[in-house]
Amino acid sequence: MAAGSTIDALGQFELHPVLGGLGEALRFSQSPLMMIVASVAVLAFLYVGMRPKAVVPGRLQAAAEICYDFIHNMAVDTIGPEGRAFFPFVFTLFFFILAGNYLGLLPFSFAFTSHVAVTVALALMVFVLSVIVSLKVQGAKFFAHFMPAGAPMALAPLLVPIEILSFLSRPVSLSIRLFANMVAGHVMLEMFAAFTIMLAGLGLIGDALAVGPVVINVALMALELLVGALQAYVFAILTCIYLREAVAH
Amino acid sequence: MARSAASSIRRVASLATPLALALPVMVMAAPGARAAGMPQLDFANPLVIGQVIWGAVIFLVLYVLLSRSALPKVEAVLTSRRQTIDNDLDIARRAKAEADSAVDELHQARRTAMAEAQANVDKVIEDARLSALRQTQEMNARLAIEIHEAEARVAAARTAALGSLRQIADETAQALVRQVTGVSAPADVVARTVDHAATARGL
Repeated sequence: MAAGSTIDALGQFELHPVLGGLGEALRFSQSPLMMIVASVAVLAFLYVGMRPKAVVPGRLQAAAEICYDFIHNMAVDTIGPEGRAFFPFVFTLFFFILAGNYLGLLPFSFAFTSHVAVTVALALMVFVLSVIVSLKVQGAKFFAHFMPAGAPMALAPLLVPIEILSFLSRPVSLSIRLFANMVAGHVMLEMFAAFTIMLAGLGLIGDALAVGPVVINVALMALELLVGALQAYVFAILTCIYLREAVAH
Repeated sequence: MARSAASSIRRVASLATPLALALPVMVMAAPGARAAGMPQLDFANPLVIGQVIWGAVIFLVLYVLLSRSALPKVEAVLTSRRQTIDNDLDIARRAKAEADSAVDELHQARRTAMAEAQANVDKVIEDARLSALRQTQEMNARLAIEIHEAEARVAAARTAALGSLRQIADETAQALVRQVTGVSAPADVVARTVDHAATARGL
């Protein structure tokens, strides 16, 4: 992506139609393609992993079971007994985002979680779900949460707007957090990769110096593996926390 | 390990220093990076919103497949494992209870057998004691009878001996008188005199 002396760090986020004219007509870019790849990878992991149905699991089955238990415990511990109903949703959310983050680290791939439209859609889905569950479980009492219990009534004109604002900012922070982390990581990788190419153009000294950005990119790759898992976890656990507030009486 | 990590960090740092110095120069030399704007915010591109629609469909399909098919499969395996383990534990617990009761029974039987054996031993000892006592008593009785009989015999013999002693004394006295005096003493006088003497000597 780096041409000459300029670094095009954002070009990697451009969407291009795949499958030629058909993709263009269906607005099918590499982003939905990677969503499908991520979904197939998650499903294949579970189907192939659980095929032996062994009482003493092999490595892949143990991995699949650990993933199941991890999200199941997260959902049930955070949301409570009602979390069982939301467990498939949290599982889908976590592994959709995790697979998207990790697929984006492969060369010639694309991280659909680096698109704010996607993360906003995911965050709004969580937000709308939590509001619907709140209204269903708590009814009109849900609106009482905007006035903190025990606060003097005189402060209501100040507190209620603040509470409403903080509630409405949830999907914003949820989506921007994931989007910004992914964009920052990919821009950094792109920048240091471009440094390598630019330094390599400086001759012998440049060749020697060009090793530096490669080393940094290896470290960045490790960091991105951490960030990818962490952001998926943060998204899932915040979803659980919002749902917990929704089902609490 | 720590030293090699520290040295590798130092090496990376030494490489990174010229890079850090070069970074602002490079960014300034690349005005296109800012001017292009973020493709993510280019909402005029139909592909940006298109991926949201596609994403919604794909997410829904993934959710349905996971919640209806894939996750229940995992759940079934985990449940069956839990049941298998619980069953095995139950069997083990039952086997342990059986073994415990068998050990208890064994102990009980051992205690009973010991008590029985002790009773037998006591009985045998008591029997032996009683029979020995009986034998001793019989023996004593027999001995007493024999002693009694022997005493009777001794007394008879003594009486007999004493009876013949008087006769011998009479005859001896008569013979002495005849020898000394040359006359026979009357038998009744001799008998009275000997009787006197015998009474005086406690015979």
